[in-house]
Amino acid sequence: MTQHTILNATHRAAGAKMVDFGGWDMPLNYGSQIEEHHAVRRDAGMFDVSHMTVVDLRGARCREFLRHLLANDIGKLKKPGKALYSCMLNEHGGVIDDLITYFLDEDRFRMVVNAATRDKDLAWLEKQAAAFDVKVSERPDLAMIAVQGPKARGKVLGLIDAGDRERVEKLGKFVAAEARGPGGMPLFIARTGYTGEDGFEIIVPEQHAVALWNALAATGVHAAGLGARDTLRLEAGMNLYGQDMDEDVTPWEAGLAWTVSLDEGRDFIGRAALEKQKAGGVPRELIGVVLDDKGVLRHGQRVITQLGDGEMLSGIFSPTLGKAIGFARVPAGARGGLRVDIRGRQLPLRAVKYPFVRDGKACEGI
Amino acid sequence: MSDIPGDLKFQKSHEWVRVEDNGQARVGISDHAQGLLGDLVYVELPKVGDKVEAGAGCAVVESVKAASDVYAPVSGEVTEVNEGLTDKPETINEDAYGDGWLFVVKLDDPEELDALLGPDDYAELIEHEE
Repeated sequence: MTQHTILNATHRAAGAKMVDFGGWDMPLNYGSQIEEHHAVRRDAGMFDVSHMTVVDLRGARCREFLRHLLANDIGKLKKPGKALYSCMLNEHGGVIDDLITYFLDEDRFRMVVNAATRDKDLAWLEKQAAAFDVKVSERPDLAMIAVQGPKARGKVLGLIDAGDRERVEKLGKFVAAEARGPGGMPLFIARTGYTGEDGFEIIVPEQHAVALWNALAATGVHAAGLGARDTLRLEAGMNLYGQDMDEDVTPWEAGLAWTVSLDEGRDFIGRAALEKQKAGGVPRELIGVVLDDKGVLRHGQRVITQLGDGEMLSGIFSPTLGKAIGFARVPAGARGGLRVDIRGRQLPLRAVKYPFVRDGKACEGI
Repeated sequence: MSDIPGDLKFQKSHEWVRVEDNGQARVGISDHAQGLLGDLVYVELPKVGDKVEAGAGCAVVESVKAASDVYAPVSGEVTEVNEGLTDKPETINEDAYGDGWLFVVKLDDPEELDALLGPDDYAELIEHEE
């Protein structure tokens, strides 16, 4: 059955083109995906991301549990409010999901996981948490709105209760705090995002979500759909679960080595498999690619290399760059002479360092 | 939904044809089709001199969402292509029945036009699709 976020009627009233995304009826765009993309790069845009799954963890041994569960080291979170991006791996080192964990206090952590992986994530969390007496509670009562762009923070701050505003303004990157919003509504505001722009992701009780959305719209924040969210995150060099990694791919093969912490003496799930793969040589890797010819890179296209075939993972036409970019998974070390097969034509691909776009502009070498 | 010009004929797969004064046929995709596709970012056109065959794929339009084949609504030789679309594929989004045309065909058999839908029938078709 298709699920609806609390903002569904608001999207439809705005004329959004709706699509099914992981079992949710979500806005793809509100007219022009490219205009929404540019609005986020140049001004401020908002996304309904209430389909994502918020999970609260409670228990005295939360930290111990997360040290075991996550490939990144929860020990990096020292101050309440701080957030950590990590993969959750299976025993084979495959990625069950990528997620963000917020440290609230020693016996309370909050996780945000993907919508399409909700069921298996919750099952895995429950299974692993039992040994640590950690209580896992999904929070379907919470909605989430991401407000992103160079003007996003300023516009959100204007809606924060005067008594909380300065504190929220001082939030560092990847830090969250509780604050009161319009009419005193309780907000959980994190300076995080999935676009490469500054901004906030705001978790709000469902009954206040429409009022918050409308208040943001009244300050000139543009509604943006999942289409723009995809092009923005890929330009920013961020992975998408299901497209760039899954349970058959390790973080080494997905460009996510930076999220794995092989710290001394920490026995996390999947560690042994990761160490074994590293010692034996990682066979495949994820690289950033640019198509300088005309055409569009798409998921699943064949990538031809001197070391054998690879494939396109995420691929898009980049609105900021005016050409196609993407991630490809190729045999380790393949760089020169890359080509992509687009409907039987082989076009040259250029391997690049990503992100592709930062602060609204093309990165060097793109 | 913008109005459908009365001088057009349509194929069910959403291509339009306009027969011009010289008897040649200008071809494009419908406003409904561009709306379904979303922002167009790339167009692959036939070459002048190519033969196209009614019902066969002869061009590709790609939007932010997906690539779609364009099927020739009539058979004949391509006499002109819309080069401007190479740099500005969004012209199709902006003016599907005008500046967003794709190519012009010298008709092999004008009777092929009789098999196409008139504006009213096409309007009805897309209404049922929605």
